[in-house]
Amino acid sequence: MNYNWNWGIFFQTSPDGVHTYLTTLLMGTGWTLATGLAAWCLALALGSLVGVIRTAPSAWLVHLGNAYVELFRNIPLLVQMFLWYFVLPELLPSAAGDWLKQLPDASFYTAVVALGFYTSARVAELVRAGILSLARGQRMAALALGLTQPQAYAYVLLPMAFRIILPPLTSEFLNTIKNSAVALTIGLMELTARARAMQEFTFQVFEAFTAATVIYLMINIVVTFAMRALERRTAVPGFIGAAPQVATH
Amino acid sequence: MFSNFDFDVIVRSLPYLFYDGMTFTLTLTALATAGAIVFGTLLALMRLSGLPPVALPAAGYVNLMRSVPLVLMIFWFYFLVPYIGQWITGASRPIQVGAFVSSLVTFTLFEAAFFCEIMRAGIQSIPRGQVAAAQALGMTYPQTMGYIVLPQAFRNMLPVLLTQTIILFQDTSLVYVLSITDFLGAASKVAQRDGRLVEMYLFAAAVYFAISFAASLFVRRLQRRVAIVR
Amino acid sequence: MITISHVSKWYRDFQVLKDCSTDVEKGEVVVVCGPSGSGKSTLIKCVNGLEPFQGGTITVAGISVGDRKTDLPKLRARIGMVFQHFELFPHLTVTRNLVLAQVKVLGRGKMESEQRAMQLLARVGLADHARKYPGELSGGQQQRVAIARALAMDPIAMLFDEPTSALDPEMINEVLDVMVALAADGMTMMVVTHEMGFARKVARRVVFMDHGEVVEDAPTAEFFGQPRSERARVFLSKILQH
Repeated sequence: MNYNWNWGIFFQTSPDGVHTYLTTLLMGTGWTLATGLAAWCLALALGSLVGVIRTAPSAWLVHLGNAYVELFRNIPLLVQMFLWYFVLPELLPSAAGDWLKQLPDASFYTAVVALGFYTSARVAELVRAGILSLARGQRMAALALGLTQPQAYAYVLLPMAFRIILPPLTSEFLNTIKNSAVALTIGLMELTARARAMQEFTFQVFEAFTAATVIYLMINIVVTFAMRALERRTAVPGFIGAAPQVATH
Repeated sequence: MFSNFDFDVIVRSLPYLFYDGMTFTLTLTALATAGAIVFGTLLALMRLSGLPPVALPAAGYVNLMRSVPLVLMIFWFYFLVPYIGQWITGASRPIQVGAFVSSLVTFTLFEAAFFCEIMRAGIQSIPRGQVAAAQALGMTYPQTMGYIVLPQAFRNMLPVLLTQTIILFQDTSLVYVLSITDFLGAASKVAQRDGRLVEMYLFAAAVYFAISFAASLFVRRLQRRVAIVR
Repeated sequence: MITISHVSKWYRDFQVLKDCSTDVEKGEVVVVCGPSGSGKSTLIKCVNGLEPFQGGTITVAGISVGDRKTDLPKLRARIGMVFQHFELFPHLTVTRNLVLAQVKVLGRGKMESEQRAMQLLARVGLADHARKYPGELSGGQQQRVAIARALAMDPIAMLFDEPTSALDPEMINEVLDVMVALAADGMTMMVVTHEMGFARKVARRVVFMDHGEVVEDAPTAEFFGQPRSERARVFLSKILQH
């Protein structure tokens, strides 16, 4: 195999003259995690809201929620990012559009928004499935006590629903972190982008990508353990939390 | 607001978009799905075999593919496949493979991990009594799997398999990072050449939406019709 | 025909079968009964190797079941088994359920297999349902098809694991009638069941099991008339109250 291995490449200085390649990879990891976390918060908030309205008694709210989910599920994430990054500024009035284009770290904010909306549709699916998997009697019991619909959701339905969907929710969280890599196409210098840059400058292809792979694996392990700890802490005694069957990517 | 936009550019570039771009996308989707289902089923059988030397590598492979972004895998295989080709054929230098072959290998191997988990769930959902009945009739393991378990598992998981195919179809857009001309790549090239980003990207989004949405409606109808009555 | 000799089986630390011995001669019908958890289902599943066992030996027509060198699929093809939950293959028609193993395991031709299938379906009274799917049949009908499926392999012996336990009361008789007819034709049968009426009518011997042991093994009349063990007496009094 005519490939020259050089694992010392990580300690060489990168073209920016200041950081070693290893440091640039770590900087990229920082952006990966920041994007993933911020997008996840957005996704959780929006997704929960949409998931709830899809189970509401009002038919038009359900349709609205369904339309939302269909929209964000049927367009590839990459295309959605392009829409937010390239198309949105052009559709806004010129002052707003120009401001958006001048924004420093525009690719970060765009990535967070795009990834947030994309993931929120998937979270909405899970939340809906979780609520529906609860016995119908739960909602009736809550209302019979005199709670309003919003109170029923807040105090009875959602607390159990979230515990039930914690495992697939963990999957979605990990997916969000991985999907941040797509933002390299709009200029976000996250981990995969940094690995690619390192490969382009040094030609040490396999060292660069191995490092990135190892870092993603470690992120995976840490998050999985943390979520399992969370599952244990929030478990309801005597209840076998059966996660509803939803296909996760 | 829309007066500055020239939607004619879409009409002009339709042949390029669909003959060059969409055929690449659809061919890649079809072939990668076929390969990934076959390989994924094999992985599922390995994981369920109960033999550690067979089950552990399969599990390791699946967990690796599910931990890493597809974008990174696309880069990995783009560089790795020529070396593998060199190793297999014993050539003196890495073999040049085209963009299509590299993408096909990437998507088949990557998505196989997800199809593996789907088939694993499907196989495990078949009641143990079915296996006992098949064995009681004297069928061997391959016969039991081939005639009794896998046919039922496939029927049960068909909607999920098709949904995963739709996801694969959308994922193919990521070949953009290698500047390959799939449907999105074609739209992007026209957009940049003619300076018509808004029109082209909106059109691309609409086309992806139409195809994915239609496919998912089909899957929903199918779900109601293929359920095996027990 | 079937010899069970000092068979013991552990499931992890728990001993499921304790030194069980009995036999079934050619043409004999032996009923195995006992309270739930007694190990009777496990014992019968050891006979065709569906369950492994750690101690003792089981031979069927001279072939040792526990021997590593034994070709189990080949042996199983010669022993028929009927399950509590029928276990018909839901994705295949009734005919195909009967034909599949004939073709793939015995290597018979398709025409011959289908003829045999129709013969057997007629014998169990279900010739009209040949093209239906299991899901379209009642429990009693499914179990009769299951019996036909096992018979299609021309077995030397038949094992029945609680064949009527999952049936609604009004369907039990149609299945028992088939089994009585089978016994009258001279089939060697080992039947795990609670149906004492069937036992009295057809069985030559009754084996009573409790907590993994064979407690009593006596000719039918003796078992029902003068059970030797206290446990058998208690069991009989509970069962026969109905």
